[in-house]
Amino acid sequence: MATEAVATGHPAVGDQVYVLARRALFRVLRQPAQIIFPFVFPLLLFAVNAAGLDAATQLPGFPADDYRDFALAVPFMQGALFIAINAGTDLARDIETGFLNRLRLTPMHAPALLAGQLGGVIAVGVMQAIAYVIVGLAVGVGFQSGPLGIVVLLALSMLISFAFAAIGAFLALKFGSGEAVQGFFPLLFVMVFLSSSSLPRNLLETDWFRTVATYNPVSYLIEGIRSLIITGWDAEALALGFGVGAAMLAIALVAASAALRTRVGRG
Amino acid sequence: MRRFASVAWGVGWRSIHNAFSNPAILLPSLLFPLFFLAAFAGGLSAIGDVPSFDYDPGYTAFQYVFVFLQSAAFGGVFTGFGIARDFENGFARRLMLAAPSRSGIIAGYAIGALTRWLFTGAVVTAAALLGGMDVPGRGADLFGLLVLGMLMNVCAILWACGVAMRLRTEQAGSLIQMPVFLILFLAPVYVPIELLKGWVEAAASINPATPVVEAGRGLLAGAPEKVGLALGVLVAAAVLMAVWARTGLRRAERAGA
Repeated sequence: MATEAVATGHPAVGDQVYVLARRALFRVLRQPAQIIFPFVFPLLLFAVNAAGLDAATQLPGFPADDYRDFALAVPFMQGALFIAINAGTDLARDIETGFLNRLRLTPMHAPALLAGQLGGVIAVGVMQAIAYVIVGLAVGVGFQSGPLGIVVLLALSMLISFAFAAIGAFLALKFGSGEAVQGFFPLLFVMVFLSSSSLPRNLLETDWFRTVATYNPVSYLIEGIRSLIITGWDAEALALGFGVGAAMLAIALVAASAALRTRVGRG
Repeated sequence: MRRFASVAWGVGWRSIHNAFSNPAILLPSLLFPLFFLAAFAGGLSAIGDVPSFDYDPGYTAFQYVFVFLQSAAFGGVFTGFGIARDFENGFARRLMLAAPSRSGIIAGYAIGALTRWLFTGAVVTAAALLGGMDVPGRGADLFGLLVLGMLMNVCAILWACGVAMRLRTEQAGSLIQMPVFLILFLAPVYVPIELLKGWVEAAASINPATPVVEAGRGLLAGAPEKVGLALGVLVAAAVLMAVWARTGLRRAERAGA
């Protein structure tokens, strides 16, 4: 990387990504609301729902004896929503304040810009995921897949965070305003609820709801995480979880890159 | 009294006009309850099959009551966001300069919130009926449910008023919303209180929203219970919140807002 910098006189791509990622990370860390709310809100909902819906474990065919084991997967998804909105809002602020335009005047590579912005927010996503695992262990959630399963769970969670951060970046680059990005939060929130977040799909009695949950990619992300907690090693669930997460990431990155090219091409 | 009424009517009309002429304001307050009704009644309908789940009208009706009351509370919250916005963009300052009766401002916002919610409540009710909800309750019972909703809405808007007038910034939104959200979700949302266990059962048993939700469900089922307690809780809360809102207004006046 240093050789490349010497040869071209410009910072290497890796250095550019590092600088921007560091900036993005410290920007998040300097805003308590961007840390506290994404940590606290999902865990609060987890506590309320896990206690309030414990009676669901009495349903024939319910896959866990304790609803907390079933429900722990959901905070990872809700945390990803906040990742999306925070990533998008921060990038939108850079657009609105003209920082992106000033970056265009530098030898900054466009992919480095995207990677740097996302890198910082994803670091927060990793911290979130670790916190959720710790809370789960503290309240007695049993991870059937063991310690290696927790590592895989964190990897899947990071993939999901990356995918949602890319979605947030796309929204910011497409619409150029933080308000527009935040306007999408309810839609993303709805996607989590209209999934198998509260009951497994085979126990969803309402036909239209079960159909929506079946086509909702969020269901497979949740089920992938959940399988590591309540089942152990479910190859199909993991393949679908990682597959859907990777597909979402790929689509979101392509869309964000296209939006970035359009955005930096503007005056 | 005339000055109070004219200010209340003016502020109320403005609030109603803003809400109904701006989809960005009206739609969230309309869509969120519908979404919760769909998610809870649709996604959790199997909970109705849990042994000892005992609510004759069924799970859709069980959830409808909660969503109906929740929409009333959040109708007040959403109007509170508008009050905070009015302070932040300077409109509230001009309003307080011009209004001959500043208490009428609070009443006006309350009229706006209540009108918006009556529309939302009607839409949510229509959606639930279209979804096949069973309604054993009779006219008087359903009127009682409506009264509970209206009082809930009044308590929420007065709470939101007090917060917005104290903080006078749109960032007050979280502070307005969170306590209302917590109070509602620590009531028996998904199952009757008899089926709750652990800390959430303890929380629900002391939560003032619990008798309100239970009374609402009883009224819809045509088997009223705890109605007196629920009305007492709501009237007491409304009085407290009225004091909260009025003292908030006084703080805004002193701050020169």
